Amino acid sequence: MKTTPPYDVLARRAPKNSGAHLFWQTVLARAYPRVIGQQREKSWMFFDVVLPIIGVAAYVFVYRAIQAPEEYVGFVVVGGAMTAFWLNILWSMSSQLYWEKETGNLALYIIAPNSLMAILLGMALGGLLATTLRAVVILVLGSWLFHVQYAVVHFGQLVAIFFLSMVALYGMGMMFASLFLLLSREAWHISNLAQEPVYLISGFYFPVKSLNFWVATAASLIPLTLGLDAMRQLVFPSGATLGFLSVRLELGILIGLCVIFLLAARFLLNYMERLAIREGRLTENRR
Amino acid sequence: MFLEIGNGRYPSLSTLPIHAIIPNMTTLPAIQTENLGRIYRIRGSKKEAARELVALRDVNLTVQPGELFGLLGPNGAGKTTLIKILTTLLSPSNGRALIAGLDVTQQPGQVRQLINMVSGGETSGYGLLTVRENLWMFAQFYGIPSAEANRRIRELLEIVGLSERINTKSSDLSTGLRQKMNIVRGFLTDPDILFLDEPTLGLDVGASRDVRQFIRRWMDEQPTRTLLLTTHYMVEADELCDRVAIINQGRVLACDTPANLKRNLQRDAIFRLEVSPPDEATVAALATLSGMRHFVRRDEEGTAVLEMILHEEAALAQVINTLTQSDIRILNLQKREPTLEDVFVDLVGHSMAEAEHENNPAV
Repeated sequence: MKTTPPYDVLARRAPKNSGAHLFWQTVLARAYPRVIGQQREKSWMFFDVVLPIIGVAAYVFVYRAIQAPEEYVGFVVVGGAMTAFWLNILWSMSSQLYWEKETGNLALYIIAPNSLMAILLGMALGGLLATTLRAVVILVLGSWLFHVQYAVVHFGQLVAIFFLSMVALYGMGMMFASLFLLLSREAWHISNLAQEPVYLISGFYFPVKSLNFWVATAASLIPLTLGLDAMRQLVFPSGATLGFLSVRLELGILIGLCVIFLLAARFLLNYMERLAIREGRLTENRR
Repeated sequence: MFLEIGNGRYPSLSTLPIHAIIPNMTTLPAIQTENLGRIYRIRGSKKEAARELVALRDVNLTVQPGELFGLLGPNGAGKTTLIKILTTLLSPSNGRALIAGLDVTQQPGQVRQLINMVSGGETSGYGLLTVRENLWMFAQFYGIPSAEANRRIRELLEIVGLSERINTKSSDLSTGLRQKMNIVRGFLTDPDILFLDEPTLGLDVGASRDVRQFIRRWMDEQPTRTLLLTTHYMVEADELCDRVAIINQGRVLACDTPANLKRNLQRDAIFRLEVSPPDEATVAALATLSGMRHFVRRDEEGTAVLEMILHEEAALAQVINTLTQSDIRILNLQKREPTLEDVFVDLVGHSMAEAEHENNPAV
C-alpha cells in the first residue's frame, strides 16, 4: 500500500457524463466484453463454425442424393450461417441476466446510474458483432465447400432485411433475458427446449413455405423465419418461387416485430427491476 | 422536469451533476432511516406455506456527511438487508430510507448518482477481461470519460499495490487480489456515499490491513465523503469507524462512537481466564455467581477460555474459588480493557459467534 503523494486520485473529484452520453457509453462498455471475449476464447472456431458446417453438410448430401434443385444447397448454407445468431440468442443473450445475477453483476448494474436498457442493448450489440463474424465464416466456408452460387436481386433490400431481422431478433433476445430471469432459475432448460424445434419451424435447412401455412405463420413470430425467407428470395434466382410471403410484406412484418420486441423488452426489464427491488431475491448471488 | 427535495424544487438530474442540483446536500444527513423494516417471505418448497422472516425491525439511524459509519453484527443480523435497501436494491416493508434527502424507493435514479457499493467475496466483472478492462467497464456505467477512467484506474491500482497486475485477466487473480480490484471498483467512480459490505471478508491479515488503510485515506482526502461499512470483525469497526451501530436480529441495539460504547463498560471488570476444560456443573456455577454480569466460554485445543464481565473486581475471588473447588487449573489470567466484542456481549448476552449460530442455526 502506497501512502504518499503524488497520487491525487483520492482527493480529485471525477467528472461524469449523464443523459444520452451516459447511455451510449454504457452500451459500448457492455458490448466490449462480448467482442473482446471472442478474441480471447478461440474455442468458438471449432464449436461455432466446424460443428454447424457438419450439420449443413448432412443436409447438403441428402439434397444432392435426392437430386433436389441446387438452390436448396444454398438455402442450407445460408440457414446454417443464421443458426449462429439463434444459438447466440438462446445461450448467450437470453440467459445473460440469469448469469449476471449468479455472478453478482446484476446488482451492480441495477445500482449504477445508467439505464438497464443500455446494459441489455450493449449485450445485444456485442453479441451481434461477435456472432456476425462467426456467421460470415460459416457462410464463406460453406459456400466454398459446396460451390454455392449467389445472384443478389436487390442489394438494398437485402441489407435492410438483414438489419431488421437482427434488430427484431436481438430485441426478442432482450425480452427473453428478462423473461428467463423471471420465470426460471434454470434458464438453460428453456434454451434446450427452444433450440431444435426452432431449427425446424423456422426453416433453417429448407424453405419455410414447405410447412403448413399456419405453422409457418406462427413461426414468423421468430424474426429469423421471415428474415431467412426474404434473404433467400433476394440471393437465389429461384428464391422468389420458394418464398413464403413477398419480400415487401416480410419487410413490413419485420419492422412491426422490431417495435414489438423492443417495447416488450423495455416493459419486461422495468417489471423485472421492480420485482427485484420488491422481493430482493433476483439480485442474490446463489453460488 | 424538476426534482422536489424538502421544500426545494431543482432542475432535472439528467442534465446536471447531482452536486449542482442539491446545494444543501452537505447539510442534509447522508443517510437517514425512519422506522425501517423488512420482512422476507420464505417458502421452503412449493408445497409449503410461506413463512415470514423479519430481517429488519424499526431501524432509526442518521449518518452525517463525512462520517465513516459502521454496522457491526453477526452474520444474519440484517446488515446486508439494510445495505440493499439503502442502495435501492430492495424496498422496505415499512418505514423509509433517505440518501442525501432522497427517498430510495421514490427516487432511486437520483440516489444511484450518489452511491456505489462493494461486497466482500463478490465475483463481479468478467474473468476474460483484464483488471483494467473490468474497471474501465464499470467506470463507463457511471459516465466517467474513458481517459479519466484509465488515469484513475492506474493511480488507484498503484495505491492498492495492484499495478503490476493491471493487464492480468481477473480470473487469474487470487481471492485477495480480486477483492482489491473490487474495492478499487467502488472507489473509482468517486461516489459521495459508499457502501462496503464486509469488504475484508476472506482476506488475510495483510490484505485486510491494506484495505482498511485505503478506506481511511479515501475518507480523509475528502471531508464530504460518507462511508457505511458493515462488518462482523470487531477490530475493523473499532479501528476504522467514527460511529458504530451494533445490530442483531434486525434491531439496532446501540449506536455511538466506539470509545463511548466501550466507556459504558469501563466501570466493569473484564477478565480473560485460560483454564483446564471445566465440567458443565462448574460452568453453570460460574454463570450464576452473584458478581458475574456476562460470561462466555470458548473451547480451544486442550484448554478453555472464559471471557467474563464482572460487576466489580472483587467478584474475581468468587470465580477463583469456584474454579479451585472444582480442581480446575488456572493457566492464564488477564485483566483487560473493554472491546466492542464485550459491548456486544453486554448488549446481547452472548458472544458474536453464538449470536451468529442463533441467527443461522443450519450453519
